[in-house]
Amino acid sequence: MNKRLLTLLLTIVIVMGAIGTIPVGAQDDCDFAGEIYVGVIAPLTGDIPKVGQSTVEAAEMAVEEINAECGLEIDGESYEIVIIVEDNESKAESSVAVATRLIVEEDVIAIIGPQSSKQAVPTGQVANDRETPMISPWSTNPNTTVDRPWVFRVAFLDPFQGPVVANFVQAEFGAASAAVLYDVASDYPKGLAENFRDAAEASGIEVVAFESFTTGDTDFSSQLTTIIAEEPAVIFTPQYYNEVPLIVQQARELGFEGPIVGSDSWGTPDLIELCGDACNGLFFSTHYAPDIATEVGQTFINAYEEIYGAKPDDVAALTYDAFQLLFTAIEDAQSLDKADVRDALAGIELFEGVTGVMSFDEQGDPIKCAVIIQIKDGAFTYYDSACPAGFPPEGM
Amino acid sequence: MEFFVQQFFNGLQLGSLYALIALGYTMVYGVLLLINFAHGDIFMVGAFLGVFGSMVLDLPFALTLVLAMVLTGMMGVGIERVAYKPLRQASRLSVVITALGVGLLLENGMLALTGADPRSYPANFIETKAYDSFLGIGLGDVSITNVKILIIVLAALLFLGLYTIVQRTKWGMAMRAISYDKFAVPLMGVSQDQVISITFFLGTALAAAGGILWGVAFPVLNPYMGLRVGWKAFIAAVVGGIGDIRGAAVGGLLLGFIEIFVPAYGKSIGISSTWRDPIAFGLLLIILVVRPTGLFGVARRQKV
Repeated sequence: MNKRLLTLLLTIVIVMGAIGTIPVGAQDDCDFAGEIYVGVIAPLTGDIPKVGQSTVEAAEMAVEEINAECGLEIDGESYEIVIIVEDNESKAESSVAVATRLIVEEDVIAIIGPQSSKQAVPTGQVANDRETPMISPWSTNPNTTVDRPWVFRVAFLDPFQGPVVANFVQAEFGAASAAVLYDVASDYPKGLAENFRDAAEASGIEVVAFESFTTGDTDFSSQLTTIIAEEPAVIFTPQYYNEVPLIVQQARELGFEGPIVGSDSWGTPDLIELCGDACNGLFFSTHYAPDIATEVGQTFINAYEEIYGAKPDDVAALTYDAFQLLFTAIEDAQSLDKADVRDALAGIELFEGVTGVMSFDEQGDPIKCAVIIQIKDGAFTYYDSACPAGFPPEGM
Repeated sequence: MEFFVQQFFNGLQLGSLYALIALGYTMVYGVLLLINFAHGDIFMVGAFLGVFGSMVLDLPFALTLVLAMVLTGMMGVGIERVAYKPLRQASRLSVVITALGVGLLLENGMLALTGADPRSYPANFIETKAYDSFLGIGLGDVSITNVKILIIVLAALLFLGLYTIVQRTKWGMAMRAISYDKFAVPLMGVSQDQVISITFFLGTALAAAGGILWGVAFPVLNPYMGLRVGWKAFIAAVVGGIGDIRGAAVGGLLLGFIEIFVPAYGKSIGISSTWRDPIAFGLLLIILVVRPTGLFGVARRQKV
């Protein structure tokens, strides 16, 4: 009996293993000369699993599409794209470990991810040290790419996003004072909170409270009571979708009636479900809005909806853009050498993606527009756009 | 003044929750001298059973609470039978490692079962209302909600209930007796297994109550939620004097108040809210340096 059970278990393991190795979107009618491995690092478990899910969905879609067209053509030979997905558990140390593994053991040509700056900043160091191109789709903290020629991204930066939110708060609410509540232990909220504070003070908004907590906290009542006692016109909180509902609900329970404003980390649809009525009517800045999608964007949105049955969030859109950018670079390079791919990535001047037109500066950071989204009747609705001066260029 | 009153109630709510969870740690330790490191994850299971009761079975709050407490209590008894009982003669270290293993099993089992997406209770589970006045006193800008009152009152009632059971009933006497001398008690004709089962039932049922109340106050539940809360409650139990249920209650409240008041008043003396944890745990360390057995603990003599 025991032996039989063991055999059965072994069979299951072998079958599962075999299923796991089937490449995604393999095409029978294409004559592939070889495979190109691309590593994907995403938070599949941990605090923000929805971000991981969107990453993988968009990645699989991008790869299936390109393989359906017989992959990438290099010197007349077509190559199949194979993605290797690694979970970083939403932790910096796991992210660094899986990045090293992808580079050393799997020999990937490039890494797409990680998403949060908390993981992207240290992982960028690994990619740069080991001379492997890395594109973080969602990271907005400047440190991810600073002085790292091998690291790129498709999201705008927090020094841009901070002023966007500050200007919006002033224009929309005529706010003369603001308070900030942020996670001091995470790169993204900390950086953006400081960018917002500086931008707000520069434009005459008094920041009356600048309160922090640490990752994993669920009780914000002490900080919120302090904030409310200072009577700010608005509260800005650049937190993730698992924290925003708690912050908003607790702020309302403690009697704060003013607007609460957020940033691109809010844009996961689960936020609406977890937050319920409390978040209705609130605003945040982010990378793209499905309602104003260009032709490129609309094609992606329709295809994504058809496969996964839901509108893609900003993470999915940016991940898809990151893949398109990588594909463009590999085809431009006409080489499977990582250094050539890096040079080609650095050489891309203007790129039109799902999240809009972007050009790149010398750090590998995109210059692009941001949008303001309002949470309205259980959906993210486009409200306004904010672009850097002189952007997008004429005719785009 | 309003600021202080508001922060006082914030602290009372958080402290009551810590206390409720610390009670389970302390009960199991008191009887078995076992630090049940799976307790935080049992707390998580309780919170998720609340989701099951309220979302799937569509039960009202009170029934969900009772159902989750009973089911989690039974699970606690089961865990003790399967994982801890065979190790009763083994070294204490083996049991502690087993407890950590049970915790991992619960965490990852829940992850596999429900997925990693955070959950919350339905909107009609408890409708949050703020009171205008409390005991006839106008509240002004102080916001006290029915949820805060519910948590504080329920935690106090559960503590009093437990205290009565341990101090005034035969079973409670048996628990205290086993804690005192686990070899002599069976000689008196009291079933050691039964007493331990009851202890586990009560301890884990309280964790479930804590889990559901936690979920009502902070409605974003995930399979890892028990980790931090678990170790904080453990620290509260140790500071109060592990093994003493009054100590767990006092330790929990103390930790809650420190966590709320340090960021609240630290700023006025130039300490930012970032310093909350170093100061909170530094204070608790000082208490342990002065009283190594915790506030209510008594040193146990070990015969060598």
